[in-house]
Amino acid sequence: MTESSVVTEAVAGQVVLTVNGAERRIPSGWMLADLLESLKVDARTVVIERNRTILRDRSSFDSLELAADDEIEIVHFVGGG
Amino acid sequence: MAHADLISHETFTDPQPFVIAGREFRSRLMVGTGKYASNAQMIEAIEASGAEVVTVAVRRVDLDRTKDEGILHHLDPDQFFLLANTAGCYTASDAIRYARLARAAGFNEWVKLEVIGDQQTLLPDSVGLLEATKTLVDEGFKVLAYTNEDLVTALKLEDAGAVAVMPLASPIGSGLGMLNPYAIRTIKQRLSVPVIVDAGVGTASDACIVMEQGVDGILMNTGIAAAQDPVRMAAAMKSAVEAGRHAYLAGRMPRREVAVPSSPTTGMLGS
Repeated sequence: MTESSVVTEAVAGQVVLTVNGAERRIPSGWMLADLLESLKVDARTVVIERNRTILRDRSSFDSLELAADDEIEIVHFVGGG
Repeated sequence: MAHADLISHETFTDPQPFVIAGREFRSRLMVGTGKYASNAQMIEAIEASGAEVVTVAVRRVDLDRTKDEGILHHLDPDQFFLLANTAGCYTASDAIRYARLARAAGFNEWVKLEVIGDQQTLLPDSVGLLEATKTLVDEGFKVLAYTNEDLVTALKLEDAGAVAVMPLASPIGSGLGMLNPYAIRTIKQRLSVPVIVDAGVGTASDACIVMEQGVDGILMNTGIAAAQDPVRMAAAMKSAVEAGRHAYLAGRMPRREVAVPSSPTTGMLGS
């Protein structure tokens, strides 16, 4: 996947990661809480997976620094049978 | 005859409470929350159904906010028992992942486990289902397993620790009603855990006939949500589940291939 590595190297001071299947750029040094705030996601209403590990401790979001190539999944309950 | 007016099905209590994994539920009808025209309609239908257990699915948050899909703004977790499903999962590992995410939401450790094996029929993959059941039971989940109406699979699911087994009446969303009453009855007769028929109920008579087989409950979604008037159909399903349950408890008359007169054969004029 040379395309994504090109993107990743493109801008210094930025981190490229995947959130809900889509690539996003964030400033380096951002914590998970910063990402949620920018996405207007209320941490209390969602469950978050980082690289396939569920992040159970919501109080850790403030100090959890995001890294390049992180795969973040943000899920919630929707209607279903 | 005045007292006869007072006798309705509400006069008769159910001798057996509806209990799954030690928890008693007030209604034998469980309902899904998908496919409604609006959240307001969904809530109204669920209330009309009298259901306590309502199923929900786990999906990605729409980060572009094209629509508000989150259901918890509309569904009070204190009023309803939220049962997360693993709908859409085609492998045991996917279903396990979804179940873990659902539990992390913090409501309960219950899961309506689906492992689908075929896109066209949405029929369950028995092998994957059994594998996922074992893993999730080991992790402390209360697994309600959505399965084919196959006795041997049902027995294996019970053996694996499922707290309820949920054989289908017919494929999900088909509305075909119960295709194999013999299989449903056999599963109910052989299992100790509750048997809850899930999927395929299309109208109130379908629900009634399912309950007449003696099963413990029914879960439905499309049968209500896809009706022309979902709220009225939800009320009809509530009555049908209660009627079918009472008919089962009452014990139906034997079937005969010949007629038996209901009126006296003696005392006829001219005899």
